[in-house]
Amino acid sequence: MKFRKPAGVDKVEQQMTPMIDIVFQLLTFFVMSFKIGVQEGDFNVKMPLAGAGIAAAQELPPVKIQMSANADGSLRAMRMGERQLHGFDELNKEIIALVHGDTQMAENVEVELDCDYGLHYENVVRAISAVSGYVDPESNSIVKLVQKIKFAPPHAP
Amino acid sequence: MPKRKTFEISAEADMTPMIDMTFQLIAFFMVLLNFAEDNQDQRINLPASELAKPPEGPSESPITLQLTKDALVLYDGNEVPVAGMRPYLLREAQVLKRSKKNPADAHVIIRADSATPTGKVQELIQLCQENQFERFTLRARQEKAGR
Repeated sequence: MKFRKPAGVDKVEQQMTPMIDIVFQLLTFFVMSFKIGVQEGDFNVKMPLAGAGIAAAQELPPVKIQMSANADGSLRAMRMGERQLHGFDELNKEIIALVHGDTQMAENVEVELDCDYGLHYENVVRAISAVSGYVDPESNSIVKLVQKIKFAPPHAP
Repeated sequence: MPKRKTFEISAEADMTPMIDMTFQLIAFFMVLLNFAEDNQDQRINLPASELAKPPEGPSESPITLQLTKDALVLYDGNEVPVAGMRPYLLREAQVLKRSKKNPADAHVIIRADSATPTGKVQELIQLCQENQFERFTLRARQEKAGR
């Protein structure tokens, strides 16, 4: 007597191996190309070449902020006009006092940054931040101050 | 002699949860991958500012100049001293003029290291100005407001 195979047990198996291979390759690609980038922001400054736009005689002269550097590039001293300032918070307070919520005034005032050649650039960005606005602690929004910022010609070392 | 019944024992692992997780991981990395940040060079440590705003849209004709702390401009895969940038900037201005664009409308994005001497940044800006570039974007790392 012949033994028959029981009917209905044929199993059609799908080959998963190639798919898993590809999936892992894709995963490796994305993991390798993933980089945690820091959020970056901009300060937009419009600076035509000196002399291209000569200021009218009746316009106010720019508020001059002088920053001198130590030999290692750190900030040694900062002056606004003839006043000595002790840090960027004080500069920010001075600018707030100068503009005191007057948007018309904020639009007209121009600030000139006069920096030592070797001063580290981070000090310039901190000065621009202090001059251009502040973050309102209540609403957590940016309050704009002076938007016209320019550099004095560089002093060659 | 009576034949014994043989049983096939299946020892297959259930792959479904693993494949589910793998696809979720792929989806996660695909969404987070940002090819637009290719101009972020790791050699540049940007200064931080809580007022630096992320750009609202793509800039018009952007030219990115990256300045290392040793005052070398990373341009076109080369390290060029600031003084040597004059011909490259002239070429950029000529390319813009040929495509009927005004260099004064182009955005020069300056990504300078926090320890770069300010004089070098100013020299680079001056060279750009001599080639009729007027719009500058100083890039900084966004810092959370702590005040």
